[in-house]
Amino acid sequence: MATTIEVRGLRKSFGAVEVLKGVNLEVERGGIFALLGSNGAGKTTTVKILATLLRADGGTAAVNGFDVAKDPAGVRRSISLTGQFAAVDEILTGRENLVMIARLRHLGNPRRVADDLLNRFGLADAADRRVSAYSGGMRRRLDIAMSLPGNPAVLFLDEPTTGLDPRARIEVWKTVKELAGNGTTVFLTTQYLEEAERLAGRIAILRGGRIVARGTPEELKARLPHGRVELRFARAEELRAALGALGGGYPAKPDEAALSVAVDTDGSAGQFADVLNRMEGAGVPVAGFSRKLPTLEDVFLAVTGKKEEA
Amino acid sequence: MKSRFFSDLGVMFGRSMRHVFRSMDTVITVTLMPIAMMLLFVYVFGGAIQTGAAGYVNYLLPGILLIAIASGVSYAAFRLFADVQGGIFERFRSLPIARSAVLWGHVLTSLVSNAISVAVILLVALPMGFRSSAGILPWLAAAGILALFTLALTWVAVIPGLTARTVDGANAFSYPLIFLPLVSSAFVPTRTMPGPVRAFAEHQPATAIVDAVRVLLAGRPVGSDIWAALAWCAGILLAAYLFAMRAYRRRASGAAARA
Repeated sequence: MATTIEVRGLRKSFGAVEVLKGVNLEVERGGIFALLGSNGAGKTTTVKILATLLRADGGTAAVNGFDVAKDPAGVRRSISLTGQFAAVDEILTGRENLVMIARLRHLGNPRRVADDLLNRFGLADAADRRVSAYSGGMRRRLDIAMSLPGNPAVLFLDEPTTGLDPRARIEVWKTVKELAGNGTTVFLTTQYLEEAERLAGRIAILRGGRIVARGTPEELKARLPHGRVELRFARAEELRAALGALGGGYPAKPDEAALSVAVDTDGSAGQFADVLNRMEGAGVPVAGFSRKLPTLEDVFLAVTGKKEEA
Repeated sequence: MKSRFFSDLGVMFGRSMRHVFRSMDTVITVTLMPIAMMLLFVYVFGGAIQTGAAGYVNYLLPGILLIAIASGVSYAAFRLFADVQGGIFERFRSLPIARSAVLWGHVLTSLVSNAISVAVILLVALPMGFRSSAGILPWLAAAGILALFTLALTWVAVIPGLTARTVDGANAFSYPLIFLPLVSSAFVPTRTMPGPVRAFAEHQPATAIVDAVRVLLAGRPVGSDIWAALAWCAGILLAAYLFAMRAYRRRASGAAARA
């Protein structure tokens, strides 16, 4: 498959703070690529360099065959950027925002482009209202719609769902999936593991200014404790009895204060049943149990074998 | 590339003018404050100020126009600041457009909206007794000087618009600009001022510009005033433009702001 984005040894510092310490990335044409990382990992800085808004201190980056430093105009013709905070014009209406972008992209029929996008993004009813009256989800949809006039080859979405309520988040996920279905390359950043898993075909994890892991969601998942079960008890002696009943069969991490223990299984129903049967067999009353989804910290732990620095 | 600049500029200008007309309160503030000052000076203080034969409103008007422009350009800073903070400035910069069109759109809007304020103030001055015996050329020359003054101050306004961290910071620069005409020949002749104040008043831009506009509108022959006025405007414009471009480039290299 052809490579759309190629990043080699990218470095960037702000004053004494080194944010990117040599990032290497390759993004294939088409589909969704997720750059996953916690706050301050350097995701936004990477996107800004790729979108020609920031100059790198070192390394090279090419988008759609254009070098970001040598041919920024070529890059800008190939991309569009939806930044971390909805960059819409609040004083204009939704339609005026889209017409403005279509004009700036020198498209033939700006009003029709705007109407199409308003329909596609469910904003037709609100088209002639000022954006200041839009909800957070509508604003984000308009924000993404504003990236589409002219059908750029690469779409950068910087934390598209940060700050959205769960319903609006699902709306945005749906939108992003549809976009990628049309052959556009979507480069999205997120701090949510779940979002990256649900949307992306390829994921790279950025941490401390470097890429620490990359692969398909399945490849990364295989390295994660997806079979973690939490058992809760009413009393401390029950918790101790439970640890005894588990024996050395499963890796277990007790939490004395919360009267709970996290047990790592392989995620199969058989092992899950076995854990509960051991409790029954030893006569330990289980007050509650639940499956624990892996967190971003678990990912870091799994890929680096280290706790994330605070 | 040239045609692209003008079409992009047209889009940016249209957008920014919509902002002006959709926040009429700002337009009204910009026009009302100088009109209130004009009324105050003409009808309250004016009787006690000796400026010569022609009516005091004729004497006062150029200074009032300068104050209107100085407060008007602060809205250019405000609008630019709002774009930078809201993120739409970055969206524009990531588009394949003539990059300078983004700033020039704001500058052009400032020129037009200030021209509207000036026209409104002139209309209000007429029933107050403002008369001009000047012909079309001196009027055009006066308009040209005021436009150049607006252009220069707008580029001054671009600097805090790009670099300020708070709204107050984006606006604060205009206070000394509004104050400057008060310590000039705008309201009273400088010869009535004590030595050091007079020296300052006679060697600052507001006096040169006020005097030039006043002489032009009175239909009197222009002397060196007009050259001093032009020199001040051109000097401020050049310096402000260079600093504004530097602020713009600093934004691009990430030295100014990380967020």
